[in-house]
Amino acid sequence: MTLNPTLHIQQVQITLNGERLLAIDRTIAPGEVLTVMGPSGSGKSTLLAYLAGFISPAFKAQGQIFLADTRLDTLPAEKRRLGLLFQDPLLFPHLSVGGNLHFGIPQHTANKQPKVAQALHQVGLAGYEERDPATLSGGQQARVALMRLLLSQPHAVLLDEPFSKLDMALRQEMRSLVFRQLRDAGLPALLVTHDHADADAAGGPIIELG
Amino acid sequence: MLRLAPTLLIALLVLPVGAGLLMVLLPAFGYLPALGGNTVSMAPWQSLFAQPGLGRSIAVSFASGLLSTLMALVVVVLFLAASRGTWLDRGIRRLVSPLLAIPHAAVAFGLAFLIAPSGLLARFLSPGLTGWERPPDWLIVNDAIGLTLMAGLVLKEVPFLLLMCLAALPQLQPDQRVMLSRSLGYAPSIAWLKSVFPALYPLIRLPVYAVIAYATSVVDMAMILGPTLPPTLSVSILSWFNDPDLNRRFMASAGAVLQLGVTLAALLTWWLGEQCVKRVSQGWLVNGARSTGSVAIAMGGRLLLATTTLLAISAIGGLVIFSVAGFWRFPDALPGTFTLDHWQRLLPSLATPLLNTLSVGLAATLIAAALVVAVLENEVRQRLPASRSQWLLYLPLIIPQAAFLFGLVVAAESINVRPQRTLVVAAHLLFVAPYLYLSLSEAYRRLDPRWLQVAHSLGASPWRAFWQVRLPLLLAPLLTACAVSLAVSIGQYLPTLLLGGGRVPTITTEAVAMASGGNRRLIAVLALLQALLPFIGFSLALLIPRLAWAKRRQMRGVA
Repeated sequence: MTLNPTLHIQQVQITLNGERLLAIDRTIAPGEVLTVMGPSGSGKSTLLAYLAGFISPAFKAQGQIFLADTRLDTLPAEKRRLGLLFQDPLLFPHLSVGGNLHFGIPQHTANKQPKVAQALHQVGLAGYEERDPATLSGGQQARVALMRLLLSQPHAVLLDEPFSKLDMALRQEMRSLVFRQLRDAGLPALLVTHDHADADAAGGPIIELG
Repeated sequence: MLRLAPTLLIALLVLPVGAGLLMVLLPAFGYLPALGGNTVSMAPWQSLFAQPGLGRSIAVSFASGLLSTLMALVVVVLFLAASRGTWLDRGIRRLVSPLLAIPHAAVAFGLAFLIAPSGLLARFLSPGLTGWERPPDWLIVNDAIGLTLMAGLVLKEVPFLLLMCLAALPQLQPDQRVMLSRSLGYAPSIAWLKSVFPALYPLIRLPVYAVIAYATSVVDMAMILGPTLPPTLSVSILSWFNDPDLNRRFMASAGAVLQLGVTLAALLTWWLGEQCVKRVSQGWLVNGARSTGSVAIAMGGRLLLATTTLLAISAIGGLVIFSVAGFWRFPDALPGTFTLDHWQRLLPSLATPLLNTLSVGLAATLIAAALVVAVLENEVRQRLPASRSQWLLYLPLIIPQAAFLFGLVVAAESINVRPQRTLVVAAHLLFVAPYLYLSLSEAYRRLDPRWLQVAHSLGASPWRAFWQVRLPLLLAPLLTACAVSLAVSIGQYLPTLLLGGGRVPTITTEAVAMASGGNRRLIAVLALLQALLPFIGFSLALLIPRLAWAKRRQMRGVA
C-alpha cells in the first residue's frame, strides 16, 4: 500500500476576531506522522477541526488543503475521507461492536463480514462482533475505534490526543499499535498532543504552536 | 428544505394567533360583515360592560391566575431549597412527575370529589370528628371567590414548574454553588436560596409567564371548580360565543379582547412584583445572615410539596373509588358495594371520543415532532446559536386561548372553512409544538457533537448520520417529548370544542360536558380515562427505549 496520496497543508492561517491563532505550511508523506504540540489554547484542536471540516464559524481560515490533487477544504466533512481518532473511543453506544465496524465500511464493499472478523482478529478481539461496546475495557474500546477508522479506508488520519485518557501501561501499547497500523497502511497522519512521549513514539517531524 | 423549517414552524404558530387576535379585535368594535356588522361601533363594549357581575368575573380571573401561580412557585422554590437529594426528596420528586401528565379536567374532578361537602374528606371525618349525619350545606366547590379553582390550579402548576426548574438546574451547577456557600457557613436551604435561585429564576421566567397566562384564562377547570354566578371571564366568553343569538358574538369578541387585557395586566403586575422583589432582596442576598429561617424552609418546603402531591394523588384515588362505587350512604368512608356497571355502561359510547382523542393527538404530535426535529437539526447543522426568535414559539402559550381561539374560528369561517377535525389538529399543533420544542431542545443541543463528527469522518452523509446516529441516540428524549405532546393534546378543551364546532367529541370535551350533569360515577369514569391515556403514552416512552436498548448498557445513561 504505497499508492496513498500525500497530504498538503498549504499556507493555512486561522484567525479569531482578527487575531492570528496559528499558521502552518506543511506536507505529510504517506506513512509519516506529523506531530503538532502546544499548550492548551494554542489552537491545535482548532487546526484539527479545520482539517476535518468541523471548524466553528467564529474562526476565519485561509489557505488550502490538498490530498494529492484533490482540494479538501471546499468539501464537506464526510467527503474528505480523513479518519478521526479522539481522546475517547466514541463507539456508538446503540450499535454492537460489529455494528460499529460495519458503520465505517464504505457501502459497496464486498465481503464486509470477513473484513470485520479479520479486523477484530488483528487486535486480539476475535469473535467480539455481537458484544455491547459498553462491556469492553477502555483498551479494547480504543482498539475497536482504531479498526473502525481503518475499515472506513481513509486517505489520511487525524489524531486528537488519542492516548491521553489511557492509563500508563495501556498507553505505551496503544501508541505502538496505532503507529504501526498507520505505517503499514501507509497513511499520512497528523497528531495533536501535549505529551512528548507521544511525539517520540510517532517518530515524525514536530511542530510547536503557541 | 431544512433551512425553511424554522420559518415554517414560526409561521404555523404565529399566523393563527395573529389571525385569531385580528378576528376578535374587529368584531369587538362591531365590524364583521358576515354577521351584518359593517360599521365600527362601541356597542359590543357597551353591552359587555352592562353584563351583571362582569367586575367580579374579571377579579376572579385576575386574582386566581396570579395567586395560584405565586403559591405554586413558592411551593416549588421552598421544596428545591429544602431538598438535599435524600431518598425522601427523590421519592417526592418521582411522585410529582406523573402528575404533570394528568389533564386539568381530571385533576379538577378529582379535587371536587375530594373536598365537596359530600366528598371523600368529609366522609372520612364524619361523623366522628364533625358529627355530620348528612352533607353540610356548604358551597366549597364553585365557591364565589374561586378558592377551589385556585387550589386546582396550584395542583397542576406545581408539577409543571418543578419539572421546568429541574430541567434548567443542571446548567447552573447547583451542587457546587451550595457547597461553596456552605463552606462559607450558610445553612443549606439559605445557601440554595441565595446562590442558586437568583440564577434560576431568569431561566424559568417564560414558563412562569405561560402559567400566569393559562391560569387567568383557563376554561375547563373553571367550569368544573370555578364560581358560577358569575363564572370567570373566560367561561362567560364561551357561553356568549355559543349563544344562539348571533349578535352576542360581537360582545363575546369584546370579552375576548378584555380577556387579553386581563391576562396582560396580570403579567404586568407579576413583572412589577419581580422588580420589587429584586430591589428588596438585594440587601437580603448580601446581608450575611446564614441560617435565619432555614429550619422553617427545610420543614415547610417538604411539607408543602408533599401535601400538594398527596392531595393530587388522593384526588385520583377518589376518582377510582367513585368510578366503581355502588350504593354509598353519606358518612360511610367507602361504598357499601362495588360495581363495574358505570364502566360497562359508558365504554361502548366512548369509542368515537376515544378514537378522536387518539387520532387528533397522534396527528398533532407527529406533525409537531417532524417540524421541531427539522428546526433543531437545521440549528445544529448551520451551527446557529439558539435563536432569538425562539420566544415566538411560546406565543400561543403566552396569549390566552380564550383571547384568540374565538377569532380563529371566525377567521376560518370567513375563508369558508367550517369547524372540522383538520382544524382541531391545527389548533392542537399550536399548543403541542411549543411543549415538544421545550422538552426536546435541551437534549438535542446537548448531544456530544463528536458523535456526529465521528460519523462524518467515517464517510456518513448528513442524512445517514441523522438517521443512524443522532435519532437512535436521542430516541429516549424524543419519545418523552412526544408523550408530553400527546398529553398536552389530550387535555385540550377549548380548541377541540371551538375548532371542531362541537362535532369532534373527545374524552376531554365529553368529560367537561358532563360537569353540570353531576353524575359523579360517570364523570369519574371519564376523568380516569382522560388521565389514563397520557399515562399510557409516558409508559411507552419509558418502555420502548428499554426494550430497544436491552443489550446496550450505555444507552440507559445517554439520555
